[in-house]
Amino acid sequence: MSIKLDGVSYAYNVGTPAENVALDGVSLVVERGEWLSIVGHTGSGKSTLAQHLNLLLSPQSGTVSVDGELVQIGTKAARGLRRKVGLVFQYPESQFFAETVRDEIEFAPSNWGVKGDDLKSCVDEAVSASGLDPALLAANPFALSGGQRRRAAIASVLAMRPEYLVLDEPTAGLDAAGIRDLTGMLSDLRERGMAVVQVTHDLGVALERSDRVLALERGRAVAEGTPEEIASYLAENPVKGLLLPPCASFAHRLRSRGINVPLTSGAAAIAEAVEKARAVMR
Amino acid sequence: MDQVPIFDVKGAVYSYNETGPPALDGVDLTVMPGEWVAVLGANGSGKSTLAKVCNALLVPAQGACFSLGLDTSDPGNAGAVRQGVALVFQNPDDQIVASVVEEDVAFGPENLGLPSGEIERRVDRALELVSLTDLRKRGSYSLSGGQKQRLALAGALALEPKALVLDESTSMLDPDGRRSFLGCLGELNRLGMTILQITHAVEDIMFSGRIVVLGAGRVLWDGRQHGFWDGKYREFGFSEPPELALYRELASRGLIDPLTAPRVDDMLEALCL
Ligand SMILES: Nc1ncnc2c1ncn2[C@@H]1O[C@H](COP(=O)(O)OP(=O)(O)OP(=O)(O)O)[C@@H](O)[C@H]1O
Ligand SMILES: Nc1ncnc2c1ncn2[C@@H]1O[C@H](COP(=O)(O)OP(=O)(O)OP(=O)(O)O)[C@@H](O)[C@H]1O
Ligand SMILES: [Mg+2]
Ligand SMILES: [Mg+2]
Repeated sequence: MSIKLDGVSYAYNVGTPAENVALDGVSLVVERGEWLSIVGHTGSGKSTLAQHLNLLLSPQSGTVSVDGELVQIGTKAARGLRRKVGLVFQYPESQFFAETVRDEIEFAPSNWGVKGDDLKSCVDEAVSASGLDPALLAANPFALSGGQRRRAAIASVLAMRPEYLVLDEPTAGLDAAGIRDLTGMLSDLRERGMAVVQVTHDLGVALERSDRVLALERGRAVAEGTPEEIASYLAENPVKGLLLPPCASFAHRLRSRGINVPLTSGAAAIAEAVEKARAVMR
Repeated sequence: MDQVPIFDVKGAVYSYNETGPPALDGVDLTVMPGEWVAVLGANGSGKSTLAKVCNALLVPAQGACFSLGLDTSDPGNAGAVRQGVALVFQNPDDQIVASVVEEDVAFGPENLGLPSGEIERRVDRALELVSLTDLRKRGSYSLSGGQKQRLALAGALALEPKALVLDESTSMLDPDGRRSFLGCLGELNRLGMTILQITHAVEDIMFSGRIVVLGAGRVLWDGRQHGFWDGKYREFGFSEPPELALYRELASRGLIDPLTAPRVDDMLEALCL
């Protein structure tokens, strides 16, 4: 069970002087039960790529297939896709349209005929997973603070109970506790078999929490692999816009001096590995 | 001596509606010229509300706010306050007014009635500072999320304000872009610009001289970096900077001597002996 993009290219304003290639032959596979992070400089094509995963944009060349089936805009498979693939936008405001937060969250499931207690439990679950204060359900989404809007947007997509969850910069605007809760929740969802795709500028989270990382540069996939592989790649090859986060960079420098420590597991794991290496030496 | 504060917020209370607790519940904050203050706090704690009070977009229901020495409750002062205090909103879409990038940046200086040569100079400089020069002819609404954020920053910088209030204005920048923008802020701050920076990002905080933490509309902490990272940060639920986490992990296992390895390079040397 997977989403597969094969050689996808996309340009904005085709045939005008403002033509602008945003994706240039990108291929990727997202399996159920894994967490893929997409990283890259400002304008590298991440949001454009994210919108191909639920066919909000359709490739000008290349193909998108879901669970083994080729999908094209306008087909039944494409309409089914909107239900399977939930997308949280980069700016939460761009997905709000309802008068209250509750209407916002209920919209998709009630549209699909979920009612009564089922609808209630659907909403309750999404609200608690997103960390949204239930007292805000009656509020207008535009009367929320930035981080509260982010949580409401995430809740409204979780309420769809998607099989593939795509989040575009979901940690932007969240406080530290919100980021810890969100990453914990994404890990849980992945354990339960959901596919998680996270577009992010937070390389620390991408390297420490996800299973695989894809790096984009000017619309092309320049590197793809496990967090370890991507961290080594970034340490050796400059990629526009990206900097190795402090722990990974420290670990890489230790390695180049012959002390074998993990690149992507954070400060405690690095210290533990150094301690072990010392014990062996003695 | 006797400098006029850039912001002098006194017991400010602000509510958006009658029900529920106020968004600001008695905030006191004095910011002097040339300071760089980081404003932190949980989601919904009142940070954006405070930013709008400083910029005279909102007027406290109780207490007062003096910006650049002017009482913001006097509508006659709003123009002068907004000319000297540039606010960059949390969502750049709230701020983009013109359909072409360079026209959007020129909008502020044009409103100030500056001569056209001066407008041009400011637009060029602001676009350069945020690395948006290549996209100056592009449609404002055709930008990526991070490019829009850079545009909003350029618009504020083109005003050449006395004070810059940034409401999570670096949240969508890539790591390299964030670092270079912080470098640019550092330069402006050295030249005398006052900066009030609302943020959740640890990297941003490292550069400011002073940290203010809001919680439920009140000031919970107001002090220097040093006291904050000593342990106070935990009380407010913040994550520590990765460098500090490394340092603590290594020191607690006796792998480095805290006194001789205060910087990352020193830690590395200590471990590789
Ligand atoms: N509606 C549009 N019309 C024209 N060009 C666009 C449009 N949306 C995006 N672009 C351009 O396509 C490229 C890729 O944009 P995209 O939004 O996918 O980048 P991104 O990686 O998500 O960037 P960010 O990190 O800043 O959000 C950029 O050069 C951008 O300016
Ligand atoms: N336009 C509005 N109408 C009604 N209530 C609002 C409005 N804007 C903000 N609030 C409420 O006021 C409180 C403070 O909001 P504010 O936007 O100042 O928080 P914040 O600290 O900036 O949070 P965040 O980190 O999430 O952006 C929140 O409880 C919020 O729901
Ligand atoms: Mg984007
Ligand atoms: Mg805010």
